[in-house]
Amino acid sequence: MERTNAIEVRSLAKGYKGVPVLQDVSFTVEPGTVFALLGANGSGKTTTINILTTLIGADGGTASVGGFDVAGQAAEVREQISLTGQFAAVDDMLTARENLVLMGELRHVADPRQTAADLLATFDLEAAADRRLATFSGGMRRRLDIAMSLVGDSPIVFFDEPTTGLDPQSRADMWLTIRRLVDNGTTIFLTTQYLDEADHLADQIAILHGGRIVARGTPDELKATVPAGFVELEFGDDAQLAAAERALGERHEVSRADAKLLVATTGSVADLADVFIRLNDSGIEPTGFSRQLPTLDDVFFKILDDDKDDKESQHASAH
Amino acid sequence: MRALTDTWTMTKRSLRHTTRSVDTIITVVLMPIALLLLFVYVFGGALGTQTGSVDYVDFITPGVVIMTVVSGIAYAAVRLSTDLQKGIISRFRTMPVAPSSVLSGQALSSTLSNLFSCLLVIGVAFLVGFRPEADLGAWLWFVALLVLFTLATTWLAMLFGLLAKSVEGAGAFSYILLLLIFISPSFVPTDSMTPVLRGLAENQPMTPIIETMRSLMTEGTTGPDLWAALAWAAGILVVSYTLALAVYRRRAPVQAAA
Repeated sequence: MERTNAIEVRSLAKGYKGVPVLQDVSFTVEPGTVFALLGANGSGKTTTINILTTLIGADGGTASVGGFDVAGQAAEVREQISLTGQFAAVDDMLTARENLVLMGELRHVADPRQTAADLLATFDLEAAADRRLATFSGGMRRRLDIAMSLVGDSPIVFFDEPTTGLDPQSRADMWLTIRRLVDNGTTIFLTTQYLDEADHLADQIAILHGGRIVARGTPDELKATVPAGFVELEFGDDAQLAAAERALGERHEVSRADAKLLVATTGSVADLADVFIRLNDSGIEPTGFSRQLPTLDDVFFKILDDDKDDKESQHASAH
Repeated sequence: MRALTDTWTMTKRSLRHTTRSVDTIITVVLMPIALLLLFVYVFGGALGTQTGSVDYVDFITPGVVIMTVVSGIAYAAVRLSTDLQKGIISRFRTMPVAPSSVLSGQALSSTLSNLFSCLLVIGVAFLVGFRPEADLGAWLWFVALLVLFTLATTWLAMLFGLLAKSVEGAGAFSYILLLLIFISPSFVPTDSMTPVLRGLAENQPMTPIIETMRSLMTEGTTGPDLWAALAWAAGILVVSYTLALAVYRRRAPVQAAA
């Protein structure tokens, strides 16, 4: 039997003052999986989350969360979800414990005080539990913010850029929290600007660019679309650079960046070795080299380049 | 039922905010008390001759009480605006919580804290010679009218809080109401005003409310303006409540600054 999708989005569209923010966005999220919406600032990630969490309405298309329509059954959707926004939405005038008890009372959990105590322990906030948030560090506020989202064990949890601005330790803690939630069967929808984060956490990734989904797939499928990084070579003079460009150009994709040569590689040992063997065979000695791992930018530029090529070829064939 | 328990939860939250910022209560009562003293001891000698048989302190106390409410409700607007800017309202809006609970909690706690402020101000008025003629029934009418006025203006304040683009702007509208108190029979009888101001003073919503409260205090009866007072207060309450809820439902989430 087919299970209902946790989230189902069809041809979603949204504009602000005539400027389209989302256009024809479609994706599905299976229950108990992690879905990452990857995109740069302004790509429409937060708008998507705002629509799915019933904060704003869409202009077109449909979206259902937990089997309920976000437009027509907002109250039912709210029973299924919780949201951790981009910025900690906590009450500064209350203590950490009071914030959690407040959430417990609003979610009508059986014992708000016990729920609060459990979460304070889980998020290592017991020592500061009865202090007002004014004295909290950014990391503590973020931890409390997440703990507040987990009161009531919503089956579908949204995280809007959960690790933006976090230090490496907090980022690792965040990843662990998300992993634990998934292990307990929670469906996670997260947005991120970081490819490695999506890679680490997500079962499925959709890349949002300019309000459109430009790529979709598992992390491996997406990574396969871009070279697994570049080798950046520096040379003593232009002649050497030109010689290297000729020698490597036969087999590798090369491009000049200032006085450096960028060589695309698959990331395999054989491919990397081939670059250096060819240089060695041609008697070219680079003065320096470094490896650059693929970034979200690379994926974007690759996709945008493909997009442009497609349009140009369509344009050409039309004539 | 759920909406009621959620409203109580929100009221408790709001009351905590109030009791943890005692400085705001002091700020709220300080200006009305200062004006009360100023009018009684500085201007009272000159202005008191125009109020006939009524002692000047008895004449102005109802207006000073109304002023206390007006300076207090600004905090409801400021708190609501702060909640919006800080994103906690967005959190509530993604939760199974009735929209009316979020606003009603704020309105109830604002009303309670304003009544407390009024109690302080009336206490000071007694100290400087306020001697009302009111019996228990008149006092009950007085309190009922005060509660209705506070609720109505609190919802009006919250409507402005929801519409304001910034926390600073949220509290500004109460200056308009403060000005209206001066252009009313609060401190001087309207016959001493110029014709234009007098027209405004006699027909603006706060006038029948202040006149009725004064009548209750100085004569122990509701006086001729009771129905106008009730109609104005109830009208403002219903309109503000409806509009505030509508704006709350439509208000796009605020994107907090990074």
